[in-house]
Amino acid sequence: MEYKPIRKVVSGNYAAAYAALHSRVQVVAAYPITPQTSIIEKIAEFIANGETDIQYVPVESEHSAMAACIGASATGARAFTATSAQGLALMHEMLHWASGARLPIVMVDVNRAMAPPWSVWDDQTDSLAQRDTGWMQFYAENNQEVYDGVIMAFKVAETVNLPAMVIESAFILSHTYDVVEMIPQELVDEFLPPRKPLYDLADFEREPFSVGSLATPADYYEFRYKIQKAMEEAKKVIKEVGREFGERFGRDYSQMIETYRTDDADFVFMGMGSLMGTVKQAVDILRQEGYKVGAAKVRWFRPFPKEELYELAKNVDGIAVLDRNYSFGMEGILFTEAKGALYNTDAKPLMKNYIVGLGGRDFTVNDVRKIAENMNAVIEKGELDVEVDWYHLKR
Amino acid sequence: MEIPEQVKKKLTLPAEEYFYAGHTACQGCGAALGLRYVLKAYGRKTIFAIPACCSTIIAGAWPYNTLGANLFQTAFETTGAVLGGIEAALKARGIKVKGEDGVMIVGWAGDGGTADIGLQALSGFLERGHDALYIMYDNEAYMNTGIQRSSSTPYGAWTTNTPGGKRHFLEKRHKKKVIDIVIAHDIPYAATASVAYPEDFIRKLKTAQKTPGPSFIQLFAPCPTGWRSPTDKSIEIARLAVQTAYFPLFEYKEGKYRINMPNPKKEPKPIEEFLKLQGRFKYMTKEDIETLQGWVLREWEKLKKLAEVFG
Repeated sequence: MEYKPIRKVVSGNYAAAYAALHSRVQVVAAYPITPQTSIIEKIAEFIANGETDIQYVPVESEHSAMAACIGASATGARAFTATSAQGLALMHEMLHWASGARLPIVMVDVNRAMAPPWSVWDDQTDSLAQRDTGWMQFYAENNQEVYDGVIMAFKVAETVNLPAMVIESAFILSHTYDVVEMIPQELVDEFLPPRKPLYDLADFEREPFSVGSLATPADYYEFRYKIQKAMEEAKKVIKEVGREFGERFGRDYSQMIETYRTDDADFVFMGMGSLMGTVKQAVDILRQEGYKVGAAKVRWFRPFPKEELYELAKNVDGIAVLDRNYSFGMEGILFTEAKGALYNTDAKPLMKNYIVGLGGRDFTVNDVRKIAENMNAVIEKGELDVEVDWYHLKR
Repeated sequence: MEIPEQVKKKLTLPAEEYFYAGHTACQGCGAALGLRYVLKAYGRKTIFAIPACCSTIIAGAWPYNTLGANLFQTAFETTGAVLGGIEAALKARGIKVKGEDGVMIVGWAGDGGTADIGLQALSGFLERGHDALYIMYDNEAYMNTGIQRSSSTPYGAWTTNTPGGKRHFLEKRHKKKVIDIVIAHDIPYAATASVAYPEDFIRKLKTAQKTPGPSFIQLFAPCPTGWRSPTDKSIEIARLAVQTAYFPLFEYKEGKYRINMPNPKKEPKPIEEFLKLQGRFKYMTKEDIETLQGWVLREWEKLKKLAEVFG
């Protein structure tokens, strides 16, 4: 069947819901939280309209949402959920459980700032605080990437038997409408065949078995090592799946770090998610003004694309790392990761951290220009003014 | 070992064993007995969800499994939610649940995991009407962590965080009536049971298997280690819990209460008979015992009234 996309104008949240539908998700367990709600509302609508037989479990908390997805996934079903901020934090314990039990659950997290003070706006600290839970993390730049990301995440997750999070920005994507090219169901089915589970609680033909039982110090260590091996394997799988997606549907995702006009760049802006759309636009303008700049969008934060970062870093004088997140007592989280990934290499670009847009503060093309001016001066001088720049602070 | 048919016919419990040797329960463990009966009732086609509790240990460390069924071990507070997820997956896959040939989904959680940390997930499970059975095996404290009080610990009991001492710092609250909270959800079937009355327990397990929707059984399961009682007295203690009406046997089916006491006409024995076999109650004063006795009889009267009015 020839690929003819179905174009729909949808919000990021609806893109996520359609992607779950087209991925032939079997169980959805979810709890409402702003700004995630329209994802699960849309899925409920699909069910109500008879478009799907998804088993929808309207649980009483996000903790139970993840626990129910875990039960469903361990019983062989393709399970999906979505959440945000406080909800994701409440799930934290079960995120470890999902990866430890090697269950390929896919979840959309709508990045939202953690309270207090209350905020419903964009901020990456919620998902980045789940860094060490054994979940893969894909950051979407736009609604199209939300849609594509969910479908690819299932394929990657079910290949390596680890869960995956697809992350979109509060309101900037979740509630903003844009054209999304959707894939006809039959072609999604070809790309993403039914799940073949690692184990199945409903398998009564095999010897009775137990999942998640006590492992003594003589065994626990190896369980952890296997998760790391699966993460390493995931890097290969992500590239293959991203390439296959590109061949089938015209949008290539084989790069874990998407590079934009970086080939001859003196320095690059590096960041994740929707703010990189703004950065790319700014790069075009800055290029016209004579700045040799590029953009590096980290699509997959876990597994972390160390090798791709090195290839990028060895050819530039500087990297301006844009973090819409913060690790208190340290610095922006992507900044820490990127510096750490390069430490034992010969790539030593000047690296500066710009903390931008926390709690949904606007981040504009003009901000990128100001950061470019500052970064340019830093590179010319050959030393940092400050390492971590609270760029948006009211002074 | 093959059991001859004529012997099988005389047995009051299913002959098949699905709870295997090599489990790591303490001597006289009520929970281990309970698991054995559940497995006898349901057999191989059972999916267990067991949260953090003694039974995660009893079932065996990796890679062993002493249960002749499939088991998913989960986090402390999640039994109800995991049951819901398992049921949703079976439905999505068109696999039959319950009945003679269907899959039994069984949550098996302690009193702490049910009455305290798991109460929210339990409530969600009951309210949403999942087609599964939740069993709370009640040993009246956090035994796996070393005998700390739970909301199911009775008045006057010693535990390691109600240690008595100079200030007479014992459990000061009566046992939480989890079964009443469960019944408030108006589920199709809820019952109490005891390891001292296995025929009654098995009958209730079979009723749960036949009844569509969520069911709940609160199983009284003595813990000699935590109760400071002789390991050969577990059944006697469990029997006395029923005979004193401290833990009355009853069931709630489709809005109707039915008391299942072995001798319904008999007046309850004094509570001392239940208490005296257990070291955990040795610090209770006469007044403490009177307080507990008063609560037991009041609750028993309440139950009788319910059975009379809504029987």
